[in-house]
Amino acid sequence: MDIISQLSAELVAVLQTLFYALPYVLGYILLILAFSFVWQAVKRFVTPKHDYGSLKTVTFGDESAVTSNTVASVVSIVLIFVLWGAFTGSKILPSFMHAPGAFTGEGSFTYTVTTPDGQSDDATVTVVVYETGATVDAPEVDPGDGFAKNDSIALAAYRSGLLRVDENDEIGRDQDATITAINGVAIAPGGSVSTDFGRVELSGKGTPNVYPAKGVQMEPIWLPAPEAVWARLTEIATEGYRNSTLAEHLGFSLFRVIVGFILGAIVGIPLGYAMGLSNWFRGWFDPIVEFMRPVPPLALIPLVIIWAGIGEVGKIILLFLAALWIMAIAARSGVSGVRISKVHAAYSLGASKWQIMRYVIIPNSLPEIFTGARVAMGVCWGTVVAAELVAAEKGAGMMIMVASKFQSTDIVLMGIILIGVIGFTIDMLMRWAERWLVPWKGKG
Amino acid sequence: MSGLQIDNISMRFDLPNGSSVQALKDVSLDLKAGELLSVLGPSGCGKTTLLNIVAGFLAPTEGKIVLNGNTVQGPGAERGMVFQQGALFEWMSVRENVGFGPKMKGMAQGQKREIVDHLLDVVGLSDFKEKAVYELSGGMQQRVALARCLANEPDVILMDEPLGALDALTREKMQGLVLKLWKETGKTIILITHSVEEALLLGERLLVMAPRPGRIHKEYRLPFAEMGVDQDLRFVKKEPQFAEVREEILGMIWDMEEEIMGRKEGA
Repeated sequence: MDIISQLSAELVAVLQTLFYALPYVLGYILLILAFSFVWQAVKRFVTPKHDYGSLKTVTFGDESAVTSNTVASVVSIVLIFVLWGAFTGSKILPSFMHAPGAFTGEGSFTYTVTTPDGQSDDATVTVVVYETGATVDAPEVDPGDGFAKNDSIALAAYRSGLLRVDENDEIGRDQDATITAINGVAIAPGGSVSTDFGRVELSGKGTPNVYPAKGVQMEPIWLPAPEAVWARLTEIATEGYRNSTLAEHLGFSLFRVIVGFILGAIVGIPLGYAMGLSNWFRGWFDPIVEFMRPVPPLALIPLVIIWAGIGEVGKIILLFLAALWIMAIAARSGVSGVRISKVHAAYSLGASKWQIMRYVIIPNSLPEIFTGARVAMGVCWGTVVAAELVAAEKGAGMMIMVASKFQSTDIVLMGIILIGVIGFTIDMLMRWAERWLVPWKGKG
Repeated sequence: MSGLQIDNISMRFDLPNGSSVQALKDVSLDLKAGELLSVLGPSGCGKTTLLNIVAGFLAPTEGKIVLNGNTVQGPGAERGMVFQQGALFEWMSVRENVGFGPKMKGMAQGQKREIVDHLLDVVGLSDFKEKAVYELSGGMQQRVALARCLANEPDVILMDEPLGALDALTREKMQGLVLKLWKETGKTIILITHSVEEALLLGERLLVMAPRPGRIHKEYRLPFAEMGVDQDLRFVKKEPQFAEVREEILGMIWDMEEEIMGRKEGA
């Protein structure tokens, strides 16, 4: 029953997070709808289309009438970059589009100290908030008169700091003098007062804690601006990262995928053919293939590391295994999918078994094999990145894993984007090859 | 001995549930070279099974098929098949499909080209030689299938509802084409069909089969195929005898269907 209470606590935490995310999700949906209305309005000024689809009156529920709206795609992508830029204070956006950022510059507040015997005095604290990365010392300030002396503090943006204002005061906390007001507003320990730069809190022991406003932008350590990611890309492309250039990192990943996939195909396709053409082979390999297929390749990583280490051999074995079952199953279903009338026709035209294989079964199975190859390449690409996350000297996954340990979020983001772009490119190339090599797909 | 002998064929096979099915019982038929036979019957009468046995795709449990004195052991190039649809190789062009048989024999390029060009001319597809088969209409695809079968010079052509999937107009045109090819090539043809009219038009001999067990119910010898060779098929259909035989066969098949239904309801 312990596990049930643990799981329900987890579930509550997840639901809570979802609940907090809800306003943002709703806001995004509102944006989508708003842009849709804008487009509807703009469309009136564009020459209307007059093709067959636009003349349909029933479009809701007509699958063929629903096509991807290019305008929506463009707006969606642009919006991602705009939101990204707005919440990171990006320089690619004009500053009026930025979300409110963290306070930087100079501010001040006054505090009022009251002694047990009823004396009180004011002093001013100068607060300097500088951009992350710079180093600025707290400025010298004139101590002023009275027993409470002026102070100063310098903070990096997004940071806060306790300020022992009584250290230079003539009557301090050690003599039971307490801060009773900030900027003239009465305050007790634990309380908080808004100021021009943010707010000041009084700690439990009565020390002011200075919180400059953080705004709603993301700190670069969480989310760097687009141009920072781009700058990191050009930097790593020319100078490299962890003793390897960007091309080497990506090239090694691609090399592993291609070698692993090709080996998997070389073994898997004949295996699939044997399973599709012979009862005995079907019976022999069905249990093995059907068991191995649902095992995620990632689950094999520890075993492969134990057996073959973290070098190239281990990774290629892993990718070989990832591609093998997919290709075997694709080839098997390609063979099984041949219409018996085609085989009969070929036999009646005098073809031998070998000729049936060469001219009927292989071409008939190619579309399925290509579909399998596309899936296998996608799985291999995902697997190689994961394997590199675990252990590697070079590679896209290793690059982002190491970067995350140094909190180089820009490299992590850049890596994720590049991995996505490469995965997408692989898929596009496979589709293109499929259209070019098996134009008869789905036409039988 | 020339011609095709279907010699006392029976076909009986076991079902997974332990019972067995008598698909054909004692079917015998003697077909002379150059005869055109159409086979008709309600579904389940075993006509496709019979055709598959003649083609050599199925082995009969009893009896044998003899073609030109040789017992049929399996599929062979001397028995060409034309299927209903989807038997063309979509990865090959029209030309390659028609040239498939000659290619399997290892015929020289030039000779093969000549045969293919001639046959595509005969079926009226000269302008579509380099097209992919899936770019053609259903009727055109069946023309390709006919040409592909003829290119192999078979002794017997077996047609399994070759026009079944075509629209009425295309079907009528294709029926004319089948008759024309039969007359010009002098091939022995066995044609299986669901359509009584088609069986009458394309059957010099017509076999009506009955189900459970599959057997020959009645055989006709008809003049309509011969008439259709040089007459419009629509005129043939207007013949009083045509209507008479059609009604007779339709009545026969209806009776069989009713018997099947009745048996099902009774069970």
